[in-house]
Amino acid sequence: MPMMEYIDAIRLAMKEEMEQDSSVFVLGEDVGVKGGVFTTTKGLQDQFGEDRVIDTPLAESAIAGVAIGAAMVGMKPIAEMQYSDFMLPATNQIISEAAKIRYRSNNDWDCPIVVRAPIGGGIFGGLYHSQCPESIFFGTPGLKIVAPYSAYDAKGLLKAAIRDPDPVLFFENKKCYKLIKEDVPEDDYVVPIGKANLLREGDDITVISYSLPLHFAMQAAEELDKEGITSHILDLRTIQPLDREAIVEAVRRTGKVLIVHEDNKTGGVGAEVAAIIAEECLYELDAPIRRLCGPDAPAMPINPPQEKFFMLSKDKLLDAMRELALY
Amino acid sequence: MSTEHNQPKDIIMPQLAESLVSATIAKWLKQPGESVDMYEPICEVITDKVNAEIPSTEEGVMGELLAGEGQEIAVGEIICRILTAGSGGEAAPAAKDAPAAQAPQPTVPPAPAPAAASPRPAAPARAGAAPQGAAAGEAGAMRARYSPAVQALAAQHGLDPAVIPGSGMGGRVTRKDVLRYLEHGGASAAAQSSAPQPAVFAAQPPSSPQNEVRHSGLHLSENPPLPKIEIEEGGRGSNETYIDITPIRNTIATRMRQSVAEIPHGWMMIEVDMTNLVKLRNKYKDEFKNKEGVNLTYPAFVIKAVVNAIKDYPIMNSVWAVDKIIVKRDINISLAVGTEDSVLTPVIKKADQKNIAGLAMEIDDLARRTRERTLKLDDMQGGTFTVNNTGSFGSILSQPIINYPQAAQLTFESIVKRPVVINDMVGVRSMANFCLSLDHRILDGLICGRFLQRVKENLEGYTLDTKLY
Repeated sequence: MPMMEYIDAIRLAMKEEMEQDSSVFVLGEDVGVKGGVFTTTKGLQDQFGEDRVIDTPLAESAIAGVAIGAAMVGMKPIAEMQYSDFMLPATNQIISEAAKIRYRSNNDWDCPIVVRAPIGGGIFGGLYHSQCPESIFFGTPGLKIVAPYSAYDAKGLLKAAIRDPDPVLFFENKKCYKLIKEDVPEDDYVVPIGKANLLREGDDITVISYSLPLHFAMQAAEELDKEGITSHILDLRTIQPLDREAIVEAVRRTGKVLIVHEDNKTGGVGAEVAAIIAEECLYELDAPIRRLCGPDAPAMPINPPQEKFFMLSKDKLLDAMRELALY
Repeated sequence: MSTEHNQPKDIIMPQLAESLVSATIAKWLKQPGESVDMYEPICEVITDKVNAEIPSTEEGVMGELLAGEGQEIAVGEIICRILTAGSGGEAAPAAKDAPAAQAPQPTVPPAPAPAAASPRPAAPARAGAAPQGAAAGEAGAMRARYSPAVQALAAQHGLDPAVIPGSGMGGRVTRKDVLRYLEHGGASAAAQSSAPQPAVFAAQPPSSPQNEVRHSGLHLSENPPLPKIEIEEGGRGSNETYIDITPIRNTIATRMRQSVAEIPHGWMMIEVDMTNLVKLRNKYKDEFKNKEGVNLTYPAFVIKAVVNAIKDYPIMNSVWAVDKIIVKRDINISLAVGTEDSVLTPVIKKADQKNIAGLAMEIDDLARRTRERTLKLDDMQGGTFTVNNTGSFGSILSQPIINYPQAAQLTFESIVKRPVVINDMVGVRSMANFCLSLDHRILDGLICGRFLQRVKENLEGYTLDTKLY
């Protein structure tokens, strides 16, 4: 198995799917000639041509709209939003059109699009290159949302998303692009959408998260091991629909839950996970449910001290996890 | 076990003065775990332009701090809790419980008290500063709070959770404690099995950031709330610095804005021939310094002249009250005193009853205590008219903002020698300007002109025969 970066795994998933299925195509800003601003689509236009790797105008609403139209006549578009921050002009297309087509046409039409969008900060990106927009789309029935943390999952989930008959938002973490490097199989596998993944077993606390913060949680867990605190860590992988069984099972293991995400706290994915736990696990709880999230501030600031303040980190996770363990 | 010794008492923000609705915590003088005597200062607060200390109303051990430094707290809100001791030891309760909660080394759990507690009485209490603060501070407070998980497990196995040693925060019985208890089949085994747990606890205190230790309570000047200046280094073109707004700066800003917004300011100036006064002061200043130990300064003479002028024009000593004007009987002179980062206005009470020597000594005292930051709230209240010695920083002309809600403020500018025409002859005289900002709702040009003329007459009327006492 070759070692590859998270970003390579995403590129490989698109390449493999495009080779296998001629209805799969990529569109977005600078995805063709330039190969994407992060090089996610590098080499795809050389291999598949301009008709299947399309450079679009600077108009996210059009990127989503064109993808939806193509999907409705049988294509399988992968629409790239250069940064998830720029995705908002396309929200009407995604929420009001893509998410509702199957329901509205009584199963007559469907909309198998994938919208890829890089999320997250900590890259000195400032207000408009660091956002986590999960909570904007979260809770919209008809959409699936995935947010992989590992390179393995990134490839497997993207392939699953492309093959999925319904619209899937694929939130890749831009800080993970080069940070995560691991063995990724070159063969054809998928990671099922809607299934959470247990990263680590432990008896003292349960950490539930998705995307980059899991990286910090795993590092913190290793340090806590030395203090005699063991952590049970669940990667949601898919944030819509949530894997309720896996959440409940992970909570039952320790009775102490910390939910972590970089998106801000209020109204975030963690709020829903906490509600599920409250609904299902009251008698299993040994401590109040806790959340560690980005602050409820409008956006990630660009100056380094405030960016550091805003971002989650291993140390922040370590403190929160230890405190819960000692509760 | 020892829970009955710890009764946390709520300490509230007291009403430090009638008009106060809130105060800002400047600094905690007692950290969780430190012992507190009755009336011993527990924290410094900043109110209405002054620092004060809050005395403890309980004797015991400091528990949880519920208000952070810099936080503004409404009067009557709880700021901290103090664990009052029962008959037992004073500093012990907080310390005693932490080891007890771990139910550790001795094989017989019911009797851990003296042996287990004595080896490390102080350590856990002091460590109570950091994340674990609540645990040590409220030791035992969580002993009888059972989580749903603990209750469910206990019910399932027919256990009384009260007999299970608790290793959690505040002596809480955790789910794991129950499982461990079950695994080892009851009380006797529980003690041994919980042995690994203390390791987790023991790992804690060293890693927690230690708060600075205070040796005693009374150091008002130790921590002057100087503005923190953060300079952004780094080459990303940052050429600005940021200065945190101190509570005092904030109060000044609020008052100034209120004054300018509410009071229609009028302004007048008059020039006074100070020559005789300069001679008078020169005559007495060395003698006065030797005798009284303080400098005989010009403001003492100026305030005396102003007070006498106010007596003739009492309307200068008044407050606008929308449907009426309140004229104050006492003449309390607010004296503007500048420090490096702020300006304060301590008050000379009943200035009309003091002679020049008394004023000089009181001015010296207030100015010194302003710079030392040891003014009391009482020193700041009740001013009816403000005098500002702007000449002390070289000004010859200024336009003061009235010290709200007073009616007027007078500035005393630099004394400068100038050629002056007297009886068609030119002489060199020591001249000074006096500027008056007035509340034009209360005062008009005519009355203020007369008032200033009276101040001028009083100042120019000083002679070498003027008595200081």
